[in-house]
Amino acid sequence: MSEAILSVEDLAITFPAGGARAPVVDGISLTVAPGEVLALVGESGCGKSMTALAILRLIAKPGRIEPQSRIVFEDRDVLGLKVTQMRALRGAGIAMIFQEPMASLNPVQTVGDQVIEALRLHERVSKAAARDRAAAIFERVGIPDPRGRLDAYPHQLSGGLKQRVMIAMMLVVRPRLLIADEPTTALDVTVQAQILALLRELQNELEMSILLITHDFGVVNELADRVAVMYGGRIAEEGTRTEVLGAPRHPYTQGLLRSIPSLAHRGADLAEIKGTVPSLGAWPAGCRFATRCPNVFGPCDAEVPQTVSLSETHRAACHDVARGQPS
Amino acid sequence: MSWIGNAIVALLVVGGGFVWMRARRNRLWREAMNALARRRRIALIVLGLYIVIGLLDAVSWVGGGGVQGVAASEARSVIDRIFKPSVFREKSYSAPFARAEFVGGAALTFPGRHVFGTDILGDDVLYKTLKGVKVALLIGGLTCLVLIPLALLFGVSAGYFGGRIDDVVFFVMSTLASIPNLLLLIALIMALGKGTLQVCFALGITGWVGLSRLTRAETLKLRELEYVQAARALGVSHTTIVLRHILPNLAHLVIITFALLFTGLVLSETILAYLGIGLDGSWGRMIDQARNELSRDPVIWWTIAAASAALFILVLCVNLIADALRDILDPRTLRERA
Amino acid sequence: MSNAAMGAAAKPLLKVEGLKTWFPVRAGVLQRVDRWIRAVDGVDLEIPQGQTLALVGESGCGKTTVGRSILRLEHARAGRVLYEETDLLALSRAAMRPYRQAMQIVFQDPTSSLDPRMTVRDAIAEGLRSFNIGASTMERTERVAELMAMVRLDPDHMWRYPHEFSGGQKQRICIARALAVEPKLLICDESVSALDVSIQAQILNLLGELQKKLGLTYLFITHDLGVVGHIADRVAVMYLGQIVETGNVTEIFEAPKHPYTKALLGSVPRLDLDQRGALAAAPGDPPDPASPPAGCRFHTRCPEVFAPCAATPPALIEADGRLCRCHLYDSAINR
Repeated sequence: MSEAILSVEDLAITFPAGGARAPVVDGISLTVAPGEVLALVGESGCGKSMTALAILRLIAKPGRIEPQSRIVFEDRDVLGLKVTQMRALRGAGIAMIFQEPMASLNPVQTVGDQVIEALRLHERVSKAAARDRAAAIFERVGIPDPRGRLDAYPHQLSGGLKQRVMIAMMLVVRPRLLIADEPTTALDVTVQAQILALLRELQNELEMSILLITHDFGVVNELADRVAVMYGGRIAEEGTRTEVLGAPRHPYTQGLLRSIPSLAHRGADLAEIKGTVPSLGAWPAGCRFATRCPNVFGPCDAEVPQTVSLSETHRAACHDVARGQPS
Repeated sequence: MSWIGNAIVALLVVGGGFVWMRARRNRLWREAMNALARRRRIALIVLGLYIVIGLLDAVSWVGGGGVQGVAASEARSVIDRIFKPSVFREKSYSAPFARAEFVGGAALTFPGRHVFGTDILGDDVLYKTLKGVKVALLIGGLTCLVLIPLALLFGVSAGYFGGRIDDVVFFVMSTLASIPNLLLLIALIMALGKGTLQVCFALGITGWVGLSRLTRAETLKLRELEYVQAARALGVSHTTIVLRHILPNLAHLVIITFALLFTGLVLSETILAYLGIGLDGSWGRMIDQARNELSRDPVIWWTIAAASAALFILVLCVNLIADALRDILDPRTLRERA
Repeated sequence: MSNAAMGAAAKPLLKVEGLKTWFPVRAGVLQRVDRWIRAVDGVDLEIPQGQTLALVGESGCGKTTVGRSILRLEHARAGRVLYEETDLLALSRAAMRPYRQAMQIVFQDPTSSLDPRMTVRDAIAEGLRSFNIGASTMERTERVAELMAMVRLDPDHMWRYPHEFSGGQKQRICIARALAVEPKLLICDESVSALDVSIQAQILNLLGELQKKLGLTYLFITHDLGVVGHIADRVAVMYLGQIVETGNVTEIFEAPKHPYTKALLGSVPRLDLDQRGALAAAPGDPPDPASPPAGCRFHTRCPEVFAPCAATPPALIEADGRLCRCHLYDSAINR
């Protein structure tokens, strides 16, 4: 799709495991349209964070992006860019915020300096002008006493404020695509609500696209327009928010949604997905979910399921779904 | 004094065997030992050779034929019996494998048989080098026998109990660390005497601070881990917690530090030898005595070369093993290997 | 307090009164105590026998410290912890020991909860050894096998080491270890927070099953309101070292009284497809526990703040059969 701001095709990332190379991400494809929020959901080990890092080419050895992968951002082939071009892209075209703001901020530099540094890396502005811009951005992200806080060190700020600083650093250069890797997981729930509201405001204001990585379906419901569910390095199900959360078809998505505890489920057992995620290198040959799927039958163990279109926007990769669909 | 040497050897062998048996039952240690054997085979073999030579020199007894006079009533070790130093000697210097004396050129008693030549007194240098192995092992091993329990006692109690005990231990540690090590060592040796046991004891008493600080820091960290808290909730006594949870998780630190301390101690004995308080028969002594020979013309190099080579090889092997151990015993690799 | 306020038909297994645990902050050359971090500042709780009380709050509210203080893993400076009428805080260390068998804890991080150098069998048997349960090593090993089966682990794996298990399995081992001494009260300190959602469901189901089978009483410390809604019978909400509301779980979720409880419930993103963008956040960040605001501790962030809030700290008042620490419900103050 040429209107997509980000297009990932057949992305495969391998790591060495027991002598051979095992795929942590196994040929996934996704697109993000301008101004849209795509949520990439899954549990630990499914490969969602790796996908995000791959888009920014931040995969460190011994991991490797396999040559058949293609990542296109605004008509530019990301995997083919030179190092200098990539560096210009990071932070300007595509920005990323992480789960642990503590680990992302330099503890011996004031937060103001870090924001100003980010700004001056991408634009030619004087120090004074940069400071004004930084204070303005701090105010925009809701940091109280913005000018005063420019001189604060990260350890003097709470988790919520640090995450706001991260968002400020990202905003400074007005990226077209924001990759947010579990941005609120480490925060208290009241602070999380504030940050989610902030992200939505900013997204509307800047017409920014967001690739949101999370394991929390509640956050997905709050922010996302489209959802892709990952398991075992592959996309199990993809669709609009209402489709995936309201009428999930893939057994993994269904199982996940049913395992979420809430007041409504009081007294009854939560529906469990039996078993555990196999370790890297021990994946079954066919469908990755075959060992834990309640609907497993004939072809599941040996054949990789094809992606079935359930509607224009809704797709699932499952043999059981396939046989239920009129061809 | 042959019985002390024999007793120590017996103790070490029995102790080592005991530890070996316990460790073999524990799969984690077994895997670690196998990994070490794979990665540092040569270093382990060479170190093993050194240990065998040291043991051969440690077991000694009186009697048996082959010598006359005074020598017959002294305890002689296996090395002594193989080399027969009172017989296998020359009058003075001779080069390695030489057929004639170095000074003068007179014919040798045992031409071509001295692998490292002979020193100023005519003693075979190879023999002296081999005798130095036991001394080196003693310096490292015996000192650590004093040092490690001291360091653990202070470090673990300071870290685990905190409060007053921590303050006291910290004070002692800081005081000891502020006194120049060498001066304190010399003072102690002057006071206690220059025997092997005394020197090792002095080295142990002055050297425990570093390891103590390490174990204190690590204990502080371990104490807060949930499995220690869980043990407290299960009513386990403090002593048992220290023995069962803290010490085993300090073992990797202790082993690595032991290996590094060992080499440090052997090397520092060389310095002590320069100051005249080295141990009898050590390589340090040999090097110290051979200093003057280097300035002669032509140069007499074989004594210092033999002693230095023996020292270098031992230190290198232990360091290589310690390096490999550091990787193998790192608790984080436990998770990666899973 | 009437029985309705307690909401409990059963006798309380554990009663906490006025618990205070303060941590000193030392400063200066002589290491004098500069300030106190009032992690737990006057907490009252009651856990009825056989039920689950959830202690909810955000980071820094002191809920973990409450759990540890009850077990005397932290030193409480004031208050009473009554276990079946005996004040545990007044006992000597030796006298406390037998009571330890009755109360156990499962922590948040399954990896640091297990000694990496101990086999799983030895880890689970630790309590058995400590309290001399089981006449021989063989007997203890058998008991370990039983416990492992009870938590749905394969007893043949008892000779393995913790790093060979997944997070969910390690947490089961921790549960087995806690159950080995047959406690009556189990404190779960964020026990499912570090687990993936699908594994979390398995563990929650297991805990529910064990509670029915063994008649356990749970104190469930968590920040996850979904979990609370699912498993708790009663809820106590904590803010900055104090309980601000307690009550029956359905009442609290459907009709919260305290503004903080409302904010907490309102901030949780819901799965309801129509409920989007309706998050009611409490402004600002939780204040520093070393210097709590004067008056009501929540007044700096409270959307319903009014005159007395900044001046007078509210007491825990009974309102409609529940306890609430808010001036809004104090008929004496509120006109």
